[in-house]
Amino acid sequence: MSDSPTTHREHHPALAHHFGSLAEQKEASTLGMWVFLVTEVLFFGGLFATYAIYRGWYPEAFAAASHELDIMLGAINTAVLITSSLTMALAVHAAQTGDRRRLMIMLVATMVLGCAFLGIKGVEYHEKFVAHHVPGLDFQFEKEYFRHAQIFFSLYFVMTGLHALHMIIGLGIMAWMLRWSWNGTITRDYASPVEISGLYWHFVDIVWIFLFPLLYLIGRHG
Amino acid sequence: MTEHIVPKRTYYIIFGILMLCTYLTVQAAFFDLGPFNTVAALTIAVFKAALVVLFFMHVKYSTRLTWAVVAGSIFWLGILLALTMSDYLTRAWATYG
Repeated sequence: MSDSPTTHREHHPALAHHFGSLAEQKEASTLGMWVFLVTEVLFFGGLFATYAIYRGWYPEAFAAASHELDIMLGAINTAVLITSSLTMALAVHAAQTGDRRRLMIMLVATMVLGCAFLGIKGVEYHEKFVAHHVPGLDFQFEKEYFRHAQIFFSLYFVMTGLHALHMIIGLGIMAWMLRWSWNGTITRDYASPVEISGLYWHFVDIVWIFLFPLLYLIGRHG
Repeated sequence: MTEHIVPKRTYYIIFGILMLCTYLTVQAAFFDLGPFNTVAALTIAVFKAALVVLFFMHVKYSTRLTWAVVAGSIFWLGILLALTMSDYLTRAWATYG
């Protein structure tokens, strides 16, 4: 039923009664997600502004602290996240073309890559704990930058931590979409839940696109 | 509204460019460009973000209302950063007066 055009549009199972058509419903949900993402841009924007101020004040300490981060793991995680954005985009494509099997494979692939990202992040966090680079927990650093390196690592943990929290929420959303794909809620006519979940996932990817160079790649030359 | 389905080929091309840019941004970090290291890193990051927004997030094919909301997010972020930095970056000026 869901694959055939409906003559009585109010009878389409996916159409909420307060919308005139599926297209209108899709437009409203897309816009709603974008408005939410605007608030997210400003949420992370405050942290980036904080970062800009402190890096402007203590550039040497930030460079010295940044050198302690593993550039290889950071780059691998960037690649993992970009690949997960590709599988997410392909999941949206599968949903829009009504390919349920491929949709589920791509959602699972996105979740696997998301978990891989968090796993690598966990390895990095562990390294920081072992090296005493966690502010407040017996922090150790070369004397000259001792105080200001803590600011860098505080920002590092808050920014990557909030990013990781968004990833975990994203994984929950993907699990939800997987369930809806499995039970047939997602159809070619009603792909918008997957589409707007994709918007969220790509946004989290964009945050990392900025976090990676700003945290890992400061003053790497010389 | 006719739904625009972005072809898979587009996604693969964008993915390739994003990966290439990631490689470039890491390589660029190891050259001493002075203050332009940060400029280069941010330019590449903005370019990558723009590709994700336009193609992966379908804004290129979206309605003008969506465009307005996306532009609004950049505009408000601009206010946040510009007003904050106009304070912090000019505090030292007082000492020269």
